[in-house]
Amino acid sequence: MSATTTLINIEQPQLPSAPALQIEGNVTGKKYWRSLNHLAETPEFKDWVKRIFPANINSMMDGNSRRTVLKLMAASFGLAGLTACRRPVEHIMPNSKGSVADEYAPGEAHHYATVMSIGGHVTGLLVETHDGRPTKIEGNPDHIHSLGAATAIQQASILSMYDPDRSAKVLASGKDSSWNAYEAALQTISLGDGSGLRFLSGMVTSPSLVGLRNEALKKFPKAKWVEYETAARENELAGTAMAYGQALYVHPKFDKAKVILSLDDDFLALDSPAPFMTTLFSRGRRVETEEDLEKMNRLYVVESQFSVTGANADHRLRMKGSDVRQFAIDIATTLGAPLGLNVVGNDKNDKRAKFLAAVVKDLKAAGAEALVVAGPRQPASVQALASLINQQLGSAAVSYSKPVMQGSDTGVNALKALAGEMNSGQVSTLVILGINPAYSAPADLQFSVALSKVANSIHLGLEEDETATAAKWHLPEAHYLESWGDQATSEGLASIQQPAIEPLYGGKTAAEVVARLVGNRDLKAHDIVKNYWLGRFGALKGADGEQLWRKALHDGVIAGSQTGETVKVSVDAKKLAVTLVGEPKAVAGDSKSVEVGFYPSSSVWDGRFANNGWLQEAPDPMTKLTWGNAAMVSPAMARSRGLVDGDMVAIMRGNLKLEAAVMIQPGHADDCISISLGYGRKSCGRAGKDVGFNANLIRSSDGFWFAPGFTVTKTGETHRHATTQEHGTLEDEGNNAERQHDRALVRETTTVEYRKNPKLIEDMVEVPELKSIYAEVKYDQGYQWGMAIDLTSCTGCNACVVACQAENNIPVVGKEQVLRGREMHWIRLDRYYSGDENDPTVVEQPLPCMQCENAPCENVCPVQATSHSPEGLNDMAYNRCVGTRYCANNCPFKVRHFNFLNFHREEKEIVGLVYNPDVSVRMRGVMEKCTYCVQRIEEVKISAKVDGRKEIKDGDIKTACQQTCPAEAITFGNINDPNSRVAKLKKQERNYAMLAELDIRPRTTYLAKLRNPNPELGGKA
Amino acid sequence: MAVIFPKSSDIILKVLGAVVGLGALAGAAAFTYYTYPTVIDTGYQPVQPVPYSHKLHAGQLGLDCYYCHSTVYKAAFAAVPATSTCMNCHTQVKKDSPRLELVRKSYATGQPVPWVQIHRMPDYVYFNHQAHLAAGVSCVSCHGRIDQMIEVRQEKPLNMGMCLDCHRDPAPNVRPAELVTKLDWVPDRDPRVIGQEIIAAKHLDPPTNCSGCHR
Repeated sequence: MSATTTLINIEQPQLPSAPALQIEGNVTGKKYWRSLNHLAETPEFKDWVKRIFPANINSMMDGNSRRTVLKLMAASFGLAGLTACRRPVEHIMPNSKGSVADEYAPGEAHHYATVMSIGGHVTGLLVETHDGRPTKIEGNPDHIHSLGAATAIQQASILSMYDPDRSAKVLASGKDSSWNAYEAALQTISLGDGSGLRFLSGMVTSPSLVGLRNEALKKFPKAKWVEYETAARENELAGTAMAYGQALYVHPKFDKAKVILSLDDDFLALDSPAPFMTTLFSRGRRVETEEDLEKMNRLYVVESQFSVTGANADHRLRMKGSDVRQFAIDIATTLGAPLGLNVVGNDKNDKRAKFLAAVVKDLKAAGAEALVVAGPRQPASVQALASLINQQLGSAAVSYSKPVMQGSDTGVNALKALAGEMNSGQVSTLVILGINPAYSAPADLQFSVALSKVANSIHLGLEEDETATAAKWHLPEAHYLESWGDQATSEGLASIQQPAIEPLYGGKTAAEVVARLVGNRDLKAHDIVKNYWLGRFGALKGADGEQLWRKALHDGVIAGSQTGETVKVSVDAKKLAVTLVGEPKAVAGDSKSVEVGFYPSSSVWDGRFANNGWLQEAPDPMTKLTWGNAAMVSPAMARSRGLVDGDMVAIMRGNLKLEAAVMIQPGHADDCISISLGYGRKSCGRAGKDVGFNANLIRSSDGFWFAPGFTVTKTGETHRHATTQEHGTLEDEGNNAERQHDRALVRETTTVEYRKNPKLIEDMVEVPELKSIYAEVKYDQGYQWGMAIDLTSCTGCNACVVACQAENNIPVVGKEQVLRGREMHWIRLDRYYSGDENDPTVVEQPLPCMQCENAPCENVCPVQATSHSPEGLNDMAYNRCVGTRYCANNCPFKVRHFNFLNFHREEKEIVGLVYNPDVSVRMRGVMEKCTYCVQRIEEVKISAKVDGRKEIKDGDIKTACQQTCPAEAITFGNINDPNSRVAKLKKQERNYAMLAELDIRPRTTYLAKLRNPNPELGGKA
Repeated sequence: MAVIFPKSSDIILKVLGAVVGLGALAGAAAFTYYTYPTVIDTGYQPVQPVPYSHKLHAGQLGLDCYYCHSTVYKAAFAAVPATSTCMNCHTQVKKDSPRLELVRKSYATGQPVPWVQIHRMPDYVYFNHQAHLAAGVSCVSCHGRIDQMIEVRQEKPLNMGMCLDCHRDPAPNVRPAELVTKLDWVPDRDPRVIGQEIIAAKHLDPPTNCSGCHR
């Protein structure tokens, strides 16, 4: 790159017009690529590769001219001269009353159990607080939907609580008002028998709110309570109703399944916002012994968008979302169900037919250990078919339970009926609790218009969102971390939602608002919840309610609350066949039109986390897209329609229209578009406003999850996607694809190959006899920290990335800076494709600092800001760093990150409350990187010393990424102790060190990815 | 061409240059010296809002440091006590003293007493009281004879050199753990020998690498 270049080239190049590239490797038969640019070896990509910092990275940020900077510099020098000679007076403000003195010590962490609900999925969590400030979320090991892990969204939810853009005041018709004024207004509203009263909430998973719902419907018998979620499990209930005649929750048991078929179910990511499914699935793929190799599960996935689950599949078949139904029918029929429906694709050479035959055979062989799951985006018929197939197979890996909190008006159809009532003037009072239908309702309902026809609309919400501005009254809602409540899982297992801080912005909970409306005797959230549970505890004979309450708070789960009765049911295949035949035939669009599929976003979910910087900046696991969404298309569709990355297209059907930017996703199904919900918010805080494209504009109530018949036309405009997929690519100048392959950064093999030759992984790279030019340092005394990351388990879900950000005070840099390659994540997930661009396989590789024993970064630091500890850590002293960036340039893994700007200083003061006080907050000009959470290491070492313990127990120290990992893929510990888990894992034959041939001796090593392909399908992963 | 400047101006210019140059050097040296932490911080003795005498309480009355700074054994920070700790005695003793006006007001209103911080670590330094006390490092090693100070002042520089001196050679500063708050303790034999025995018995190995204190 010449020195005169003034701009980094962020334009995406043309896609190669040649037929799909087929590259042959030599040892593993694989060539890995990070993006289509990588596959095509474009000059822009090569520039990313040869530098850690892209060309011209020193240029000032936009809008900050050289003159302003000089002015600021002059000012700060002046101030420095004035203040340096005198020490500023600082105060210590102790408590007045030391009542909590015995419990409380400044700066010490306390943990409280609580619970969080997203889209009907409930997860028990632990909240870490410092000096009364919640600072970190962890999973609750005692909660069955957490098992100690937490997802990226759960980790980041803590930042939403401190969000300075959160709603802080009552609004009346958009103008500032007060709770008293609201109270006065309520007096004038007569609710009568409730014939004009409607409640609208998200899916109710709170037992005490269910109690209030019943109370409200009893007091106002003609009222209705509608529950609507942008993404929830209603199809599951409808499907079991179709199959069994009663709505039931389906509980797949991934730990009991050996052969799993997912019918468009992204249970490892988007379709399970609770972490436990990943944990149970990963445990079935843990390979430590010969025996494990035999027991490893096998996953088949049928889907349209390339999902995290698809990336972890042993075999994946891509098809449009609407084609999954026929696929399920074919499977059930092949297994002998008398459905009397046509079966397609009998051609034996057809890929689909081969796949289907192999799946059926494998499922049959697994019998009780087979499991078929259908995704929540698939219609009731597919859910019913999945139940039928499980029954045909005699699967013991699934159970059903009766819903315990289900309301009578749920789902998009209930919302549609409500909108109809609102339009016809039947609704005089509408109470919207915690959701944002003006944004999230399907476009055909025109919810905002309907809302304007309601005389008294009351909206309770966390932010001044689209609904808040359209409603007559807006009330600020209390965040789940600052208010009392309770939540129960679909099995009925309840937990108390325990606040860790007083409401920051004076918000109230949904229960409090409803309690006021129904004239409940308890009006405070705490009393509502506690008295509800004391009542339920009282039902237990001779129970001491207070004691049970305290135990519930302490444990985070209420023992014995699991009321969802497990039922034994069976499907009548003939009856189901009648229903299926009777279903209206899917309208096939013409050959020019495409199908559009909608997905919750891995970052902002349905838009409720749009103003969360951690989530906006967390790269999507598959697309590596930050700060926005895109219309995802397959490479073949892009080529046939002349589309390249970043092209704006108009997606239209009837009067539904959306303009969105295209992104080409290798492995995507042809002739369809996938788009994430939750973006394009118009009334939102600073981080989420106008970021991405609002997919709700083309979502309709009849095409809620996928809909055919859309036309796609190029508008001629372009958009820049801030994707990190090429950032941090490890190659150096002159290296071609062959070299990268030779280095075998990611290594994978199949169970068959591995059994044949376990040395295979090690032999992928020849490591010559190496001798360091520096004096040899022996690391054989005391603790020697090391890490092993199992690529077989890792699903690439992003939980570690956000957990690290929360633990280590890592700044958010924004879209502009991400485009310049300045994102700061200390652990990143490198996603590698391999194989054909139409059907690639994927390996995800988490990349923290490797803590090299012969660290190349240390030798080049002119001020010794980075140096080695006797315990093998590559220490960073931030206060010593002068920002030469030599270390980053010398790091072979590109894991060092530089603070180009004062990212933290630009934050509002209140956001600073989320900082972990055990880690320095870095400023501009400082290099930073992963330290294996050295603050956690030191904390445990000190407490062992204080307690007089000689040794730290293995597993006592958990790094933030390890602790939250739902897949249990990360193991940390003392490698000097042969009995530690990490030492044992490192002895595995599939353990390898990246770039070991450079003699850098990384302390972080990887366990190669094992796939378990079906030999009948070629046996190749 | 007429001579504008006489020959002597050469010398004047040279002398002037030397004076300015030396002055700048001296200024830089003075600035460096007077802004050095050991100079700024050592001896820092601000006036506290309440004239509390450590000499009276800790020295003459013999209150243990731990009575007020109760978190030293269990936390990184040695907390300044809550007002209620003062009031444990001062509801009985000197309960009408005008010098205790602020303390009584704080106790009644719940507003904290704004004590002025004296010993302060930069925010990138993670000093842990608990760990040092468990190792047997006395308060006196860093804070000096607080029990002899009427108004507390910073006795030691508390800079990185001081930390490292002790971390490299902790023996002179290590004593039996039960004696750490006995500021007037006089060892009956060579303190270095006592220290070495304790270091051996407790396997003390104070860190000297960066992450020992900087995180």
